[in-house]
Amino acid sequence: MSTATASSRNGRTSGQRLSRWLSTNAIRIYAVIGFAYLFVPVAYTFAYSFNNSGKSNLNWRGFTLEKWSNPCGAPDVCTALGNSLKIGLIATVVATVLGTMIAFALARHRFRGRTATNLTIFLPMATPEVVLGASLLALFLNAGINPGFWTIVIAHVMFCISFVVVTVKARLAGLDPRLEQAAMDLYANEAQTFRRVTLPLVAPGIMAGALLAFSLSFDDFIITNFNSGDVNTFPKFVWVSSLRGIPAQANVIASAMFFIALFTVLFAQLVAGRRRKAT
Amino acid sequence: MTVAAGIGLGERQAGAGAPPPAVTERRSRRKLTPYLLLVPGMAWLAIFFIAPIVTLLSTSTQTRPEGAEIGVFTQTFRFANYLDALEGYGPEFGRSFLYALLATVLALAISYPLAYAIAFKAGRWRNLLLVLVVAPFFVSFLLRTVAWKQILADDAWVADLLRALSVIGPQTHIINSAPAVVIGITYNFLPFMILPIYASLERVDPRLMEAAGDLYSSALTTFRKVTIPLSMPGIVAGTLLTFIPAAGDYVNSALLGNKDTTMVGNVIDSRFLRVVDYPTAAVLSVTLMASILVLVGFYIRRAGTEELV
Amino acid sequence: MSRASKGTAQGQVDGGRDLRIGNVTKRFGSFVAVDDLSLTVPSGSFFALLGPSGCGKTTTLRMVAGLEEPSEGSILIGDQDVTFAKPYRRPVNTVFQSYALFPHLDIFENVAFGLRRRGSKEVKKQVDDALELVELGGFAKRKPAQLSGGQQQRVALARAIVNNPAVLLLDEPLGALDLKLRRQMQIELKRIQTEVGLTFVHVTHDQEEAMTMADTIAVMNNGRIEQLGNPEELYESPTTTFVANFLGQSNLIRSSVTGTSGTDVQLEVHGGRLAMPQSRRNGATDDLLIGVRPEKIRISPTGQDANAEQNELLGGVVTDASFTGVSTQYLVRMPWGQELMVFAQNVGVGGVLAPGTQVDLRWDPAHTFALDGSLDAGAGVQRDEGATPVPVG
Ligand SMILES: Nc1ncnc2c1ncn2[C@@H]1O[C@H](COP(=O)(O)OP(=O)(O)O)[C@@H](O)[C@H]1O
Ligand SMILES: [Mg+2]
Repeated sequence: MSTATASSRNGRTSGQRLSRWLSTNAIRIYAVIGFAYLFVPVAYTFAYSFNNSGKSNLNWRGFTLEKWSNPCGAPDVCTALGNSLKIGLIATVVATVLGTMIAFALARHRFRGRTATNLTIFLPMATPEVVLGASLLALFLNAGINPGFWTIVIAHVMFCISFVVVTVKARLAGLDPRLEQAAMDLYANEAQTFRRVTLPLVAPGIMAGALLAFSLSFDDFIITNFNSGDVNTFPKFVWVSSLRGIPAQANVIASAMFFIALFTVLFAQLVAGRRRKAT
Repeated sequence: MTVAAGIGLGERQAGAGAPPPAVTERRSRRKLTPYLLLVPGMAWLAIFFIAPIVTLLSTSTQTRPEGAEIGVFTQTFRFANYLDALEGYGPEFGRSFLYALLATVLALAISYPLAYAIAFKAGRWRNLLLVLVVAPFFVSFLLRTVAWKQILADDAWVADLLRALSVIGPQTHIINSAPAVVIGITYNFLPFMILPIYASLERVDPRLMEAAGDLYSSALTTFRKVTIPLSMPGIVAGTLLTFIPAAGDYVNSALLGNKDTTMVGNVIDSRFLRVVDYPTAAVLSVTLMASILVLVGFYIRRAGTEELV
Repeated sequence: MSRASKGTAQGQVDGGRDLRIGNVTKRFGSFVAVDDLSLTVPSGSFFALLGPSGCGKTTTLRMVAGLEEPSEGSILIGDQDVTFAKPYRRPVNTVFQSYALFPHLDIFENVAFGLRRRGSKEVKKQVDDALELVELGGFAKRKPAQLSGGQQQRVALARAIVNNPAVLLLDEPLGALDLKLRRQMQIELKRIQTEVGLTFVHVTHDQEEAMTMADTIAVMNNGRIEQLGNPEELYESPTTTFVANFLGQSNLIRSSVTGTSGTDVQLEVHGGRLAMPQSRRNGATDDLLIGVRPEKIRISPTGQDANAEQNELLGGVVTDASFTGVSTQYLVRMPWGQELMVFAQNVGVGGVLAPGTQVDLRWDPAHTFALDGSLDAGAGVQRDEGATPVPVG
């Protein structure tokens, strides 16, 4: 009798323990599954960069390092990559400068037309890419401009500006105006205050905006596809070759970009963490 | 040095009557500064965003004159273009909004717990996990979609597993179907959902949740009455940033779907670039944009967050 | 000391650098935050601007610092009109309410900021001296976030002092510190001010802080100066009910003048007769509010301790007695319904009088002051300090 009670109590507690463990750790279990889901396609892309594929890279044909040793081996892939990088850099610089200026105007000044400005910043983000791409192409065609490298740059700057404005504005909103007042109180004129206090403090926001702009530009396909004419970018290359078969070199390049980006970000975090800890 | 700082101030005596001219001059310059800051960027948006939208509006009522060359259209203010296009492409519109809605709900269901776990349960791994959660999106999005094509293929492990578990029949395809398109769209825009939610959760003071617990609220009630409302700005931003591009997407439908999963984006793309039927493409674009704006407007009103605008 | 003499040697701190605020008004829209305020702060003094939260202290300081433009009036430092001068063009430095230390610069660079902007020589030596002065010598390489509140406060002070300004503005510099640290810093601030000899304008809403530190206090209310004087003057001879209640506590009792005898004024209070010196009367009409501080009153059970020389109010009943250690605070209900406050020093061995005890109150007529009877007797009562508003019977 007593043993039965003890064992049943034991059984209940271990069962309870399991369900308690599950409920306290449910969120963690969910997170692990979530991360797995996030990384499966990445794993595929990475794995297939070693595929000894011919024209199409959809099925596994055996392991090879050949594509990694010769990433430019497939025709046009590196030209397309080069274009993407160039466009990304130019568009990022222009959009970051223009967007930061707008963010400063919005965060630091009162002026008429504020609502209209905010709306004009918001609208490009609320417009689907097909519409942005198609409408811009319609404008270029009407104006008799042939799409090409610079029309892509123009398009990318256009849709990146809003994202830069939003990012920088958020940072500026969190900046205590008394810091700038303190600088002025300590004999810094407007330009010195900007250079010595405002800019260093807003820099992380500007940097984040620039990184966002670059990744949006580099990865953009839809708007680019409308406004590129004969110029090839990396996403466009993938799209066009997806009809005939994507060379594994594309996977090599995408994987390399992935690791470069990942290590850059991790390194930046590490440095920031060190600096925070340093005494 | 302090004395030097005072040089040039002598003449600025504040008269009792009219304000000294120096002040008004400085005022007017201060008023000009915001416009100087705004002009370059706003001009860019005016020329390359607003003007194109206006062009699009005008194109949408054009028609092709009898016997004219391909790609030549004249303005005839034919508003019936809209009726024709909507009649012809109603199902595509329906699918665009349905898929976008499903993908947004799925993305929210996936993202919220992840963002929550990173914000509150990750401890010192928080920053690392945050990097990891966006890392997949450093891979080109077209290749990610192609990867889904491989994952969902008939002979891949996912299909095998589901068949073995009898979730799907032996003849059922996952690839080239509506679910595949929704899965692809969901995956595509996840960071736009996770990051805003994380950002708003991060700002929530965990002590607020403890306070709720202290005031006799159960874990679930606390979540419903405290955590969710406080992260609402993130949820609104995330759902918008997911829904909008999802409704206009056509890549997933083209790579993972079939001819019965065609979305508006696909039609606009082909009308514009292949069929060279600009008016129809313009009508569809205008309608898509307008309906998204109306939906977004309602949504923001309902959610009570106008932070984005 | 060495700093003070150096300042004089450079000709920066000497007479004729008084801060003069003349008829300054500041409006935010239609709201008047500072109302026709005039003030002279003598060079080298420790001046306190005291007033309740929202009375316009910060706004006044910001106008002196150049962070806000007056709507009307002028601000002079010595002979120099700085009313519309940019903040970086006036010999004024500020210790901000929340310190506003630059988070991206270390302590050394924070303190060196002003010196560098003005191209000063010997930055290192001056910064080291300033950090030494505030006893933070070893902290030069730290970031502000790595310091405690009290240390940050001292960095903010060093950052301002190092520039040898003609006027140093401190906006509730101790507001964020806990009570003990605040007391400590009050003494510290006073020491530093004496040592460097700069003009300090110290804003606070804490009357005790103002009284401990300042040579001169301006009591501010609703954008105006209520009264200006040294701490003792303000405490002993307030001229308005606001000052009487805001600085310490006062019992204000309605009374009417019945006549004069010699230098005294004869008063009638709810049937009783009192006297007070003519010199302490503010208010020309016969309708007066007479005031007496709670610690000046002696309390004794009815019938004991009679003394014809004293002012006396008879027939009170103790309604509340709280023992605070040094003293006992009594609330005594008078026959006309008003409750008066009495602080009795715990000197003797006599116990605390229990609530319900019949008592008489007595005090020296010289300790009585009188205010204009038309003033609001409740003005300036600080509820947050636990003082009970004294209803006027
Ligand atoms: N920039 C401003 N705009 C509108 N009202 C203000 C502004 N700054 C201060 N005020 C108002 O002026 C009054 C005085 O403020 P302040 O000088 O900060 O008071 P104190 O420092 O004495 O607490 C307050 O009522 C405050 O709300
Ligand atoms: Mg203040």
